[in-house]
Amino acid sequence: METKAFQKIYTKITQITKATCSLNAEGVGYEELASVNGRLAQVVKIQGESVTLQVFGGTEGIPSNAEVTFYGKPPTLKVGDDLRGRFFNSFGMPIDGGPEAEGEEREIGGPSVNPVRRKQPSELIATGIAGIDLNNTLVSGQKIPFFADPDQPFNQVMAMVALRAKCNTIILGGMGLTNDDYLYFKNVFDNAGVLDRIVSFVNTTEDPPVERLLVPDMALTAAEYFAVDKNEDVLVLLTDMTLYADALSIVSNRMDQIPSKDSMPGSLYSDLAKIYEKAVQFPEGGSITIIAVTTLSGGDITHAIPDNTGYITEGQLFLRRDTDIGKVIIDPFRSLSRLKQLVIGKKTREDHPQVMNTAVRLYADAANARTKLENGFDLTDYDERTLRFAREYSERLLAIDVNINTETMIKTGWELFGKHFRAEEVGIRAEFVEKYWPKDE
Amino acid sequence: MAGVIANLVMVDVDGPVSQNEICYIRLEKVKLMAEVIKFIGKRAYVQVFESTRGLRIGTPVEFTRGMLEVTLGPGILSKNYDGLQHDLNKMDGVFLKRGDYTFALDNEKNWSFKPLASEGDMVAAGDWLGEVDENFQPHKIMVPFKLEGRYKVKSLVAQGEYTINDTIAVLTDEKGNDTNVKMMQKWPVKIPIKTYKNKPRPFKLLETGVRTIDTLNPIVEGGTGFIPGPFGSGKTVLQHAISKQAEADIVVVAACGERANEVVEIFAEFPEIEDPHTGRKLMERTTIIANTSNMPVAAREASVYTAMTISEYYRSMGLRVLLLADSTSRWAQALREMSNRMEELPGPDAFPMDLPAIISNFYSRAGFVYLNNGKTGSITFIGTVSPAGGNLKEPVTESTKKAARCFYALSQQRADSKRYPAIDPIDSYSKYIEYPELQEYLKENVGEEWVNDVMIIKNILIRGKEASEQINILGDDGVPIGYHVDFWKAEVIDFVILQQDAFDKTDRLTPMKRQKSMLGKVLEVYRTEFEFGSFEEVNPYFKRIINEFKQMNYSEFESDTFGKHENELKKIIDEKKTA
Repeated sequence: METKAFQKIYTKITQITKATCSLNAEGVGYEELASVNGRLAQVVKIQGESVTLQVFGGTEGIPSNAEVTFYGKPPTLKVGDDLRGRFFNSFGMPIDGGPEAEGEEREIGGPSVNPVRRKQPSELIATGIAGIDLNNTLVSGQKIPFFADPDQPFNQVMAMVALRAKCNTIILGGMGLTNDDYLYFKNVFDNAGVLDRIVSFVNTTEDPPVERLLVPDMALTAAEYFAVDKNEDVLVLLTDMTLYADALSIVSNRMDQIPSKDSMPGSLYSDLAKIYEKAVQFPEGGSITIIAVTTLSGGDITHAIPDNTGYITEGQLFLRRDTDIGKVIIDPFRSLSRLKQLVIGKKTREDHPQVMNTAVRLYADAANARTKLENGFDLTDYDERTLRFAREYSERLLAIDVNINTETMIKTGWELFGKHFRAEEVGIRAEFVEKYWPKDE
Repeated sequence: MAGVIANLVMVDVDGPVSQNEICYIRLEKVKLMAEVIKFIGKRAYVQVFESTRGLRIGTPVEFTRGMLEVTLGPGILSKNYDGLQHDLNKMDGVFLKRGDYTFALDNEKNWSFKPLASEGDMVAAGDWLGEVDENFQPHKIMVPFKLEGRYKVKSLVAQGEYTINDTIAVLTDEKGNDTNVKMMQKWPVKIPIKTYKNKPRPFKLLETGVRTIDTLNPIVEGGTGFIPGPFGSGKTVLQHAISKQAEADIVVVAACGERANEVVEIFAEFPEIEDPHTGRKLMERTTIIANTSNMPVAAREASVYTAMTISEYYRSMGLRVLLLADSTSRWAQALREMSNRMEELPGPDAFPMDLPAIISNFYSRAGFVYLNNGKTGSITFIGTVSPAGGNLKEPVTESTKKAARCFYALSQQRADSKRYPAIDPIDSYSKYIEYPELQEYLKENVGEEWVNDVMIIKNILIRGKEASEQINILGDDGVPIGYHVDFWKAEVIDFVILQQDAFDKTDRLTPMKRQKSMLGKVLEVYRTEFEFGSFEEVNPYFKRIINEFKQMNYSEFESDTFGKHENELKKIIDEKKTA
């Protein structure tokens, strides 16, 4: 962003910390952007004459006589169709060697949608992955994260979901992506020939961490442009939100705020909600769906980041390695899609909800049987059958490499029930059992 | 204006200021509403109910002299408000705009007024002057709550059509001064409306149609309860079920810092769903206060008070009000954010020190009351709590536990095994069931033996849990067959009474009569002595019993299908019955 003529330049900084610096200035607006020796900064506190700036690039090497100028506006993004196929950094500047984006300039982090103007989400997003489509069906306008340990292939699964989902535009917000993962996404999208449907805002591990704070707002401002102005279905991918929250805690720490649980700022819930709640189904047809990644440490979902996320998002998809079949599966116990009730059995076959619940319950019985086995007890015939069922269920439905349509998933469910159980053991509504229970041939 | 940190703004003032006074900060063409929360010397600290982006030092701020107030009058029902009682439907555009403050009621609408008092009557605040018909509910027009002392009705308009701005009565106080009364009045949200005669211990059962609540841990008209649970354990689904089915005249839903799509679900469904008790549409008896998680944080705190004040208004009309707040933790977090910005010394988990006092104060505003005219009214309040990390030892849960009388603990374990509603039958409690008043009421209205039967059911559940622990430790063949039977008898209760499908059209709502009948049938199974050759027979046998019971739950009560499964059940029981 170029400086305008006749701008007042301040050169007397009164305080410098690792992420912020303060100076005396007049007529400054809250959340306004500034430049400190060419580094972008934002106003985070005004107290009388004293203005505190959060310097996105960090304050290393900032002298106390650094040149500070104010832009007179909060961070903005120029939106237009030209955004497609492009890669930008956290400030919306190109990193793919192309020209700067042209278009209407919009403030990022804009207002929220009036709840009475929202439409209830009702369009199913098919992914072909049974762990999602059968057990945790996604709906457009939903917000849902993958909960995964850092060693799990969450970026691969997310890319797969993005490519299979029917949507007009995909927006990638990468926070603290390794350079390798950044190139992975670029290649996958390029190979699939969908680069012209993708807009990316990327902050890699090589960039200063505080810059990440702008990425979700940039991505969502672009998303709102396509969803509202163009009535498109937009899918926003945010990875990794844990690193975003870490950046929040760095800033709040530097500003001497009292930390709450797990050294996270007390406002973590509101900060995350502001991002995730941008997921919406608009009445005119456009929609924003958010699929995010929250990495866990050792599967611990009670940590403040996944915990607050879980309270905000409409479910979560939990990745876990199933040692029985040696594949990564979508864990049916801990995963949940809150919006699935809006589509299953309505947009899909009537027996979908019961097949889904029954299979999960039998899988839970198998888990109990396994505990028994591990404790050295004898298994009953029923236990043995649940174990055989669980193995096949895992292999044919839960594994992330499954790619079949929903009808086939439901049929597979019935096939497995018929193979391992008697009708009275599964407790499904009698009318469905009559209609769908596999007949002996 | 002298400073800003997030939504805390510091203002240098040149006149008197009172705590909780409302002020407006001018920003270009709009004014942003804010509330005074601290005052030192000449500096007022105000929390702004909007985003503070772009605010500058030196901006003028106007003080109003008044606290945050709600507007009370006919027309509140079926409205969708934000946390400050602005009508969301009247706002233009898809996005919320800062400073877009819409009026809560309709200025133009004519209401058909019928006088209830007569000229010459002596009246006091809260007494009924007349009534209008609001969505088929008798909406009482009352002597404004702000009036102190006794008044004589000087004049009262005749039956006819009036707007909320028309004067409908003139009251004269003891000194002979006249006051004009309209159908609309204002009241500050932080102050309870206390225009009732007394507040006895509640004693009437409030039916919710949710078996695990009504049967095991009943809530009463005017009672308080809370539902803590980790995410994904079904808090909101349960609260929605209660809001749809409970036997209340008025339902006020405060969606406080939760997901917008959940409110949208109410917006979409309530105008369609019928009230099971009156056959009218649910929306007609409902008011929604929506401050979703992405709406301004400061207004979140206000939203629960707005909802409570509206509830108190309807209680004063002699109605049964059900107030639901989802979730009170978000409200506590809003308090925490603000206390943090004001650099107050933090209590546990950085929450403000007075959190327990604030929570118990709020819960105490609910209750069953006798009005001055002898009629009764009630506010039943059920709040959800979202404990961080699902840990019930955190400050909000602990403070709420001290204030609320019913505790519906949602268990992660039950949710994981899809046993919904995931209310833990053993950890949860209702203090009301120990009230002799309620026991008396249940004896009269449900059944002589009801309370005893419920106690037996609780015992079976505890015994079943113990048996299951023993089996897990000693192994299937390491315990007597009786343990397996005990365990499965408890499972029958779990599957038939406790578990309920909130999405099934028949199962979701169980009237008390049906609950009583089903409880009787389950107890029959419990009282039957069975004979088994080996423990391996127990599991498949009880699965068959449960299956028949479940089919009964899915069928219309006492229909042919219901009877068919009941007969089937009898046959199964006879197979293994000890002669």
